[in-house]
Amino acid sequence: MLPLSLYDSIESAWCPGCGNFPMLKAFKQALAELEIRPQDLVVVSAIGQSSKFPHYLKCNTFNGIHGRALPVATGIRLANPGLKVVVTVGDGDQYGEGGNHLLAAFRRNPDLTLVVHNNQIYALTKGQASPTSDQGTKDTLHPQGVPYPPLHPLALAVAQDCSWVGRSFAGMPQHLTEMYKKALTHKGMAFLEVLQPCVSFNKINTYEWYRQRVYEVETRPDYAPGDELWAYRVAKEWGERIPIGVIYLNPRPTLEESFPQLKDGPLAGRLPERPLAELLAEFS
Amino acid sequence: MPIDLNILIGGAAGQGVHSITTPLAKSLVRAGARVVVVQDYQSRIRGGHIFNLLRVSDAPLAGPREGVDLLVALNQETVTLHLPELSPSGFLIYDADLVKEVPAGVAALGLSLEELLPGTKAGEIAVNAGASGAILGLLDVPVTGLAQMLAESFAAKGEEVAGWNKQAATRGWELAQKFPHPVSLAGLTPPAPPRLLLSGHEAVAMGALMAGLTFISGYPMTPWTSLFNAVAQRSLKYGVVLEQAEDEISAINMAIGASYAGARAMTGTSGGGFCLMTEAVGLATMTETPLVVVVAQRPGPSTGLPTRTSQGDLQFVLWAGQDDGPRAVLAPGSPAQGYALALKAFDLAERYQLPVFILTDQYFADSQHTCRAEDFPARRIPFALDLKPAGGVYERYALTQSGISPRRLPGFGPELVVADSDEHTPDGHLTEDLGVRVQMHDKRLRKLTAMAGEMRGLTTAGDPEAPVVLMCWGSSLGPVSEAVSRLQAEKVAVRMVHLSELWPFPREAVMKALQGAQKLVVAEQNASGQLARLLRQETGLTATQAVRRYDGRPFTPEYILRGLAGVV
Repeated sequence: MLPLSLYDSIESAWCPGCGNFPMLKAFKQALAELEIRPQDLVVVSAIGQSSKFPHYLKCNTFNGIHGRALPVATGIRLANPGLKVVVTVGDGDQYGEGGNHLLAAFRRNPDLTLVVHNNQIYALTKGQASPTSDQGTKDTLHPQGVPYPPLHPLALAVAQDCSWVGRSFAGMPQHLTEMYKKALTHKGMAFLEVLQPCVSFNKINTYEWYRQRVYEVETRPDYAPGDELWAYRVAKEWGERIPIGVIYLNPRPTLEESFPQLKDGPLAGRLPERPLAELLAEFS
Repeated sequence: MPIDLNILIGGAAGQGVHSITTPLAKSLVRAGARVVVVQDYQSRIRGGHIFNLLRVSDAPLAGPREGVDLLVALNQETVTLHLPELSPSGFLIYDADLVKEVPAGVAALGLSLEELLPGTKAGEIAVNAGASGAILGLLDVPVTGLAQMLAESFAAKGEEVAGWNKQAATRGWELAQKFPHPVSLAGLTPPAPPRLLLSGHEAVAMGALMAGLTFISGYPMTPWTSLFNAVAQRSLKYGVVLEQAEDEISAINMAIGASYAGARAMTGTSGGGFCLMTEAVGLATMTETPLVVVVAQRPGPSTGLPTRTSQGDLQFVLWAGQDDGPRAVLAPGSPAQGYALALKAFDLAERYQLPVFILTDQYFADSQHTCRAEDFPARRIPFALDLKPAGGVYERYALTQSGISPRRLPGFGPELVVADSDEHTPDGHLTEDLGVRVQMHDKRLRKLTAMAGEMRGLTTAGDPEAPVVLMCWGSSLGPVSEAVSRLQAEKVAVRMVHLSELWPFPREAVMKALQGAQKLVVAEQNASGQLARLLRQETGLTATQAVRRYDGRPFTPEYILRGLAGVV
C-alpha cells in the first residue's frame, strides 16, 4: 500500500459536511491500496462542486467544461491507454448537460471509471432541480414542484450494455472504498454512482434519508449481476429501498481494443515517419 | 492560344455523374492535360439536378470558368438547363435512352445501351462509360487507359460488369472518332508519375498526415465530411485513430483530450457544427492545448445551403469563444496551399499551444486540380515538448515572457500535468485571485505577438504598381488571379493581393502590398464584406469597391470581371 499523503493537494472549497469529503478520502484510500501512483492517473472532471475533486487530489488533471468530461476522457484513453483514467462529475453535469455523451460512452466502452456524485440537486448554481430530483421537488425554478419523474441512470446504463454498473453511498466510507477498488480494477467502462448528500441545498435527501433506505444488493438471495433483466429490475428500484453494490457485470471488448493502431503502444508522443513519395502515391 | 475546354456533365443524383467524371478526369491528367473539376450538387441522395464541370487545358489552370464546350446530358433536364450555355462550336453527348428531344442544329452524339452493348443485360448506367469513352474519342485521347481504369474499378462487381464498362467505353470512343472536333489533345506529352489530381480537402489531409496526425474525431457534415473521409480511408495504414463522435461537441472535446495526452490531434466541421464547438474553442485556449480545427464553410445562417459554397464564417471563426483568446486562422486558396497550411497549422498549434483554424469551403473542399509533386515538399513538425523528467517544481502554466509554458504529457514522468478550464494558478489549480487572472490572461495573449511575426501567406499577382488592387482570401485565389491575368492581357493595369494567413493579421505585409492603391476592390463570397471589415479594423484602410457573391456558387473569373465593370 502507498502512503495516503502521496495524494494530498491544495485545500478544498467545499461546504463543511459535504458528501464530497468522504468521497475524496475513500478514493485516496482505494488508490493507495491499489498502488496507483499519481503520475499514472488522470482525473477528468467538468463543472460543478464535484468537478473540483481532482484539484484536491494530487494527480494529472483535466478539468474541462460542463457535461463534456467523458469525451475528453475518451480522447485521453485513445491517446494513451497506459493511463488510468477516472471521470468525476455531478448528476446535473453528466445526466443533464452531458446526457448524449453518457449514452455514447456506454456503447463505446472505453476502459475508464465514471464516478457520478449524485446529490439530486444543482449545488454550484444554488439549489435548482437536477435530472435525478424527485417529482414534486420544489426549488426556485419550480415553485410548484418538478412536474416529471427522475431519470434512472443505472437502469439506462444496464439497458445500454454498460460493462460495469454499481452504486455506493458517501455515508458508508468502507463500502465506498471497496466500490472504488472494484470500479478501478474493472476492464472497460465502470459506472459508479455515489449518493452524496448536499448539506446546503437538499434538505430532503439527507444522510439520514439515505441511511434508512440503502441496502447492500449482494445480500439479496437472488443476487445475479450477470443477468441483464435482473439488473434492470434492481436498477429501477428507488424509494423505500435503494440498492447499493455491484448491480450489473457485462464484460465485453473495450473501445481501445477495437483500434489496431494502438497495438504499437500509445499515440502519445508518437511522431510517425510518413515518406512523402508514399503519401503522394496514396493520393495520386 | 492554349487549349481551354469546358466540359459539363449533368444529370440526376444517383445517375452516375461522378462515375463519369472521375475516370475521365484521371484519363485526361494521364494524357498530359491540366484539369480542374468542380462539383455542383444538391442536398439529396437521388434525383434533382447535379453537374460536374471539367475544365481542360494544356497550360496551368487557376480554377473554373463559365461557358460549356462539351455537354454530357444524362437526362432531358440537363439539356434544357445547360444547352443555352453551349458555345456555338460546342458538342452534345447524351443518353439516347433518356433524352428524347435534342434541338436541331446542335452537333450531337446520342448513345443508347443497345448500340453500346448490343444483346447484353447491362444496366443503363453503362451508358456513362460510353460517354466517357466518347469524350476521349472527340479529343483524340487513346481509350485504352480509361477502359483499363473502368475494368479495374468495376472488377468488384464481377467480370461481366467490368467487361461491359470496358466495352461501352471503347464503343463510345469509336463512335465519337467519326465526328470532327476543334480541340485535340493528341499533341500532349503524358507526364511521369505521380500524376496528381487532388481536391483541396485531400491536400489538407495529406498535409495533416505529413505533419504527424495521429488522432482525428468528427461528426459527418457537408462539406467537412470529405476531409474526414480522406483521412478515414488511410487511417489504418498510417496509424491514425479516428472516432466518429456523437456530436460536434464531443468531437472537439475528444480531440482536446487526445492532444492533452500527447496525440497530434485534429477535428473539423461546418456551419452549425462549429457553433456547437465554440465553447470548447475556449477550452483549448484556456487549457493551452494544441488543436487543429478545420471549418469547411457553407452558406448559412442555420442549416443554410448544405452543399453550396461560402466564405461567410471568417468573422465568426476569428472571434468564436468567450473573452479574448489567442488563435491562428489560415485559409488556403489551392491544394498546394492546403497542404502547406495544414503543416503550418500543426506547427503553430504545437509550438504556441492553442487552437489553429483552417478555413476551407465547399468549392475548395470538393474541386479537384492537377498538381505537381513539387507543390508538396516534405516537412517534419517536431514535438515542442520535453519528455525527460524536469526535476524540481513543474508548473504547467508557468508565467513566461513568450507566453508559452513548458508542456508535458501525463504519464511520461513524475511531473503532474494539471490542466484547467477555470482561471488557474501557474500550477494549474483553479483560482479566484484576480491578480493571477490578469497575469494569466496577459500570458496567453502574449503568444499573439510572436506568432504575428510568423504570418506570411500573401500572394500577389499582376502589375505591382497598378492603381487598382483586387484583394481576396481563401478559395477565391484561382478565379481572382485569372480575372487579373485576363485584364492584364487587355492591358489594364491591375494587381491582386490574396491572403491565406488571416490571423494574427499580417498588418505590415498587407500595408506594404497595398501601397499606391487608388482603388481597392475586395472580392469575397459573403454579403457583408468580412475581409473588408477585418482590413479596416486592422489597418484603417477602407475598400473603395466590393465584388461579392453569396448565392452558393463559387466565384468565376467572368463573375469577377462583371463585378469590376465601371471600376477598371
